[in-house]
Amino acid sequence: MQGSSVVLLGLRALRGPLIAIVAIFAVGIVGLVLLPGVHPDGSRWHMTFAEALYFMSYTATTIGFGEVPQTFTPAQRLWVTAIIFASVIGWAYLVGTVLAMTRDEAFRGALSAARVTRAIRALREPFYLICGFGETGLLVGRALDRLGTRFVVVDIDGARIQEVKLLDLAQEVPAVHGDARLPATLLRAGLARSNCQGVLALTNDDQANLAAAMAVRLLNPNRPVLARAMSREVEANMASFGTDQVVNPFALFGSYLALALAAPASYRLASWLTALPGSQFEMHMAPPQGHWVVCGYGRFGREVVKAFRDQGLDVCIVDPEEPRLRGIQSIRGTGTEAEPLVAAGIRDAVGIVAGTDDDITNLSIAVTAREVNEGLFTIVRQNLQSSTPLFDAFDANVTMVSSSIIANECLAVIKTPRLKEFLEFARIQDDEWAERVLERLSGVMGNEVPELWSVPITIEQSPAALQAVEEEGLTVTLEDLLRDPGDRERPLQILPLARFRAGALLALPETREEIRAGDQLLFAGTPPARSAQRIVLRNANTCRYVLTGTDAPSGWIWQTIRGRSGAGGKRSA
Amino acid sequence: MNLEKVVFGFFILLAATLNFGFVYGDIGNPLFHNRWEFFAALVVNIVATLIKLGDRTHVGAIHLAASLVAVIQLVAAALLWFFAPVTGAENLISGGSMAGIVSLAAGALLANLVSVTILIVETTVQRR
Repeated sequence: MQGSSVVLLGLRALRGPLIAIVAIFAVGIVGLVLLPGVHPDGSRWHMTFAEALYFMSYTATTIGFGEVPQTFTPAQRLWVTAIIFASVIGWAYLVGTVLAMTRDEAFRGALSAARVTRAIRALREPFYLICGFGETGLLVGRALDRLGTRFVVVDIDGARIQEVKLLDLAQEVPAVHGDARLPATLLRAGLARSNCQGVLALTNDDQANLAAAMAVRLLNPNRPVLARAMSREVEANMASFGTDQVVNPFALFGSYLALALAAPASYRLASWLTALPGSQFEMHMAPPQGHWVVCGYGRFGREVVKAFRDQGLDVCIVDPEEPRLRGIQSIRGTGTEAEPLVAAGIRDAVGIVAGTDDDITNLSIAVTAREVNEGLFTIVRQNLQSSTPLFDAFDANVTMVSSSIIANECLAVIKTPRLKEFLEFARIQDDEWAERVLERLSGVMGNEVPELWSVPITIEQSPAALQAVEEEGLTVTLEDLLRDPGDRERPLQILPLARFRAGALLALPETREEIRAGDQLLFAGTPPARSAQRIVLRNANTCRYVLTGTDAPSGWIWQTIRGRSGAGGKRSA
Repeated sequence: MNLEKVVFGFFILLAATLNFGFVYGDIGNPLFHNRWEFFAALVVNIVATLIKLGDRTHVGAIHLAASLVAVIQLVAAALLWFFAPVTGAENLISGGSMAGIVSLAAGALLANLVSVTILIVETTVQRR
């Protein structure tokens, strides 16, 4: 709803009282003009319309300004008494209607909708559209906020929309109350705007995510869509019409598990690169090879069993449904008691997966299993963010939280668009290669989780470096981009992960590689190193110093004196 | 028959007729232009404007615009009357001031005629 229609809506409700007040004024003025007054000398006088309007204005508004042209006659006083009462009733009617209107749900809804629409229209920065602001949406939102990226929220739950205002975020988040399945809601949230960077469909309803992804495909085809899908069918459906990234947390976890079993170093590399920056990277123990017990054969259990089977491991399923699968032993039960676990071979097992959709059941399974066999490797599925204290206390080897997995995946894609390609490349390399990358990464970062960023060599993102290459014909190597702008002999804490040139990926490029216009570079490093590099890329003077070791004259006067006008035009970062 | 339509048509027509009645006559002669009629025209025009509020159709918007024009013209005329010097025993204003007031009111009349025209056209088109 637009802002002007809110005004119209308000005026329509006020029509009655306003007409009443005009009528009261008109009648009062007529009476005042008609009734004759008497001068002390006995001559008669009449008020003019101007005087009558003036008198009415200060009387009817209860201001009671005492300027009366002449002393009134009894007849005039009687009339004034009548119009005072009439006008007070008129004002009370008006004020009452205004108050009732501001309490009216429909009117308030229209007001806040108009406010949100205005806020979205006023957004000048690029923003993301988050559909569904539950646990996952909140995680993504908070991380985007820390990165300084703007976003707009769509949620079907009015209470969540209210909560958005109470979050301690650095930015004002426009929150649209509406159904993400309806295209009108998405358009209201700014889907068609040119600064909308992409859409994240993260509601807890697969069908809603599907509808939102489809709407984006048709209404704004150039925008990337990241959608959450809890089932393989919806995932396949989404992928069929070109959803850019479908995040199925269970399938994703399954593939990580398979990777961790097959290639521990590759797994470590992948999880290090997708962890949230600024935190310490914990070295997770790789899951051992051997007999596994999987409790709960739902969407999660299926993926886990598939991962184990693909690695040729022996699995036993414990599930109340007792699924009959070829080549896999299964036991009826939930696994919360020792009996079915023992029947499933827990005593000789190397690990247990507690993967039902109930947090208390999962914890109960894991505790029971550990009592029977202390050395078990435990993988526990956590469904609700609110259970975190319990899971922290239990301290499983791996805690699988769907919302965190989805959020991490989304953020990795948003923050560094090229990271996904690098990770896919890394996944098909052998473990020794990953070991080598890990070694170099920890040489730069220690145990810190690195920040990852991509640098396109374009006029917008790196004008100084591009100018040096294109206009001045200097040779810029990758090594130059890793020099400290304060002292060029000192390297920055940055590891170049990949270079993309004409669609081809070169992993771990040598530092003597030259850069060219249009290259895309993917780096990992510390946040201070990143901002230092940004200065080199954008400030022509700093760039010149880093490349040649000499300070170029920055001002126009010095440039003219040295006769090198235009050679080093100042461009601030 | 719809009471809302009756009230609506009544005020629009009354605004136009009162306005016409005031304007009718020698433009410079104060005796031809009744101040009561002017007051009534102003009040009825304001009410007509308020009645038109809240209609979101295109025709409604033109209706409202025409009424706003009429009210602004009449208010300007009223201000002129407030400040006009009074001469003679009958408290009449000068012929020059009257001409100014009447010409402003005549402008308002034009806007009111537009309102009436829209009303008639709209009614004819609907044929109900």
